[in-house]
Amino acid sequence: MDRPWGLLAELTYRCPLHCPYCSNPLELAAHRDELTTGEWLRVLTEARELGVLQLHVSGGEPLLRRDLAEIVRCAAGLGLYTNLITSALGLTPRRAEELRDAGLDHVQISVQADEPVLSDRLAGTPSFERKLSAARLVKRLGWPLTLNVVLHRQNLDRVDRILELAEGVGADRIELANTQYYGWALRNRAGLLPSRPQVERAEAVARAARDRLAGRMEVVYVLPDYYGRYPKPCMGGWGRRQLTVVPDGVVLPCPTAHTLPLPRAGVREHSLAWIWEQSPLFEAFRGTDWMQDPCRGCPRREIDFGGCRCQAFALTGDAARTDPACHLAPDHEIVAAAVRAADEASGPRDTLLIPRRPRLRP
Amino acid sequence: MPSTTPTQPISGTDRFRIAAHVRLTYDPARERHVLLSPEAVAVLNGTGVAVLRLCDGTRTVAEIVAGLRSRYDQVDDAEVQRFLDHLVARRYVEAARG
Repeated sequence: MDRPWGLLAELTYRCPLHCPYCSNPLELAAHRDELTTGEWLRVLTEARELGVLQLHVSGGEPLLRRDLAEIVRCAAGLGLYTNLITSALGLTPRRAEELRDAGLDHVQISVQADEPVLSDRLAGTPSFERKLSAARLVKRLGWPLTLNVVLHRQNLDRVDRILELAEGVGADRIELANTQYYGWALRNRAGLLPSRPQVERAEAVARAARDRLAGRMEVVYVLPDYYGRYPKPCMGGWGRRQLTVVPDGVVLPCPTAHTLPLPRAGVREHSLAWIWEQSPLFEAFRGTDWMQDPCRGCPRREIDFGGCRCQAFALTGDAARTDPACHLAPDHEIVAAAVRAADEASGPRDTLLIPRRPRLRP
Repeated sequence: MPSTTPTQPISGTDRFRIAAHVRLTYDPARERHVLLSPEAVAVLNGTGVAVLRLCDGTRTVAEIVAGLRSRYDQVDDAEVQRFLDHLVARRYVEAARG
């Protein structure tokens, strides 16, 4: 069995932002019973023993956990590479210095757009200027900085200006990730799904920037699977490289797998090793035996692993179907019809966006 | 995907060091040395580790090759150069102009 390389620790689902494509569950209030500091330290120790080398600390907003520095210090002490994924709200100079002293290796800040009006509207709260000053603070403290930008119909035409913003703050990396349509994003798909010409223009801009900035800033462009021929190899294969621990200690192969109607196991009842190696959820889609046609006989079955199980379930009701994003999928028409509707619609369609809610107060 | 073209070709006077955001460490679970960076883990073989240990900011390519020759019987200059090119392109290693 493969050992996991990375652990995504979603410390809390509480968040000051209300992005309409949030990857947290729709029923946020059902996940309020967060792991304690001591429980997280045990999870990290077990993760390291299991082979995890990278810790991605996320949420919600991880800075809302007052014990964040303690968690980072423990991870650094175990030899994990620590990566903070944050809205940057709450990243004050005092907090940043505390995290630096704890051994935090890398900071990723989300930015919703290149300018305050759109960015704040998407985030559902005034945040743009605070994000920029936090980004500068990160660089001042000598950390490598990644900007994370989720792309969709509202900001895809602004990729050139988003790249300029990233250069301006001295980012070392930028991740331009097209929205993946689960949960909140699926609910808001009609308002978020771009047209094909938008996707093609943005990709050309990103590719040119990647060449122009080579050696200075790494430009990562995550393709939108609705517009490709083949699905994305979700998580590099189910239960193969990564695991996610959510705020109440449930362990998932990917952050969206809470949507699947399968039994879950958490760190309060089981060891991380047992969950990784033996739990029904992790075993469900490992390897290729679970596949149906056309995946079963496909020469790409160990390249894209049948695509995304959560997307297959969300769109077809059967998590073992071929991901409808694949042009060979029996259910591909579901995706094709959504793309046709996005192509035919005019304008930003932003009145349709429902912000993430209810608010989970810090 | 990360770029594979460095902005400038490596010159003979460049001195190499592991980038500030990259960490060389040993993974007891896999019994291998690894390079850790924001979004990637690179698993190293013995020679790879030896090259990276010599990337301490004081050595040129020729000096790294010389350092390897003191430990290994057969060292291919071109192979070391290619490996360093790759490390620089992936931003694991920084080349300071000599």
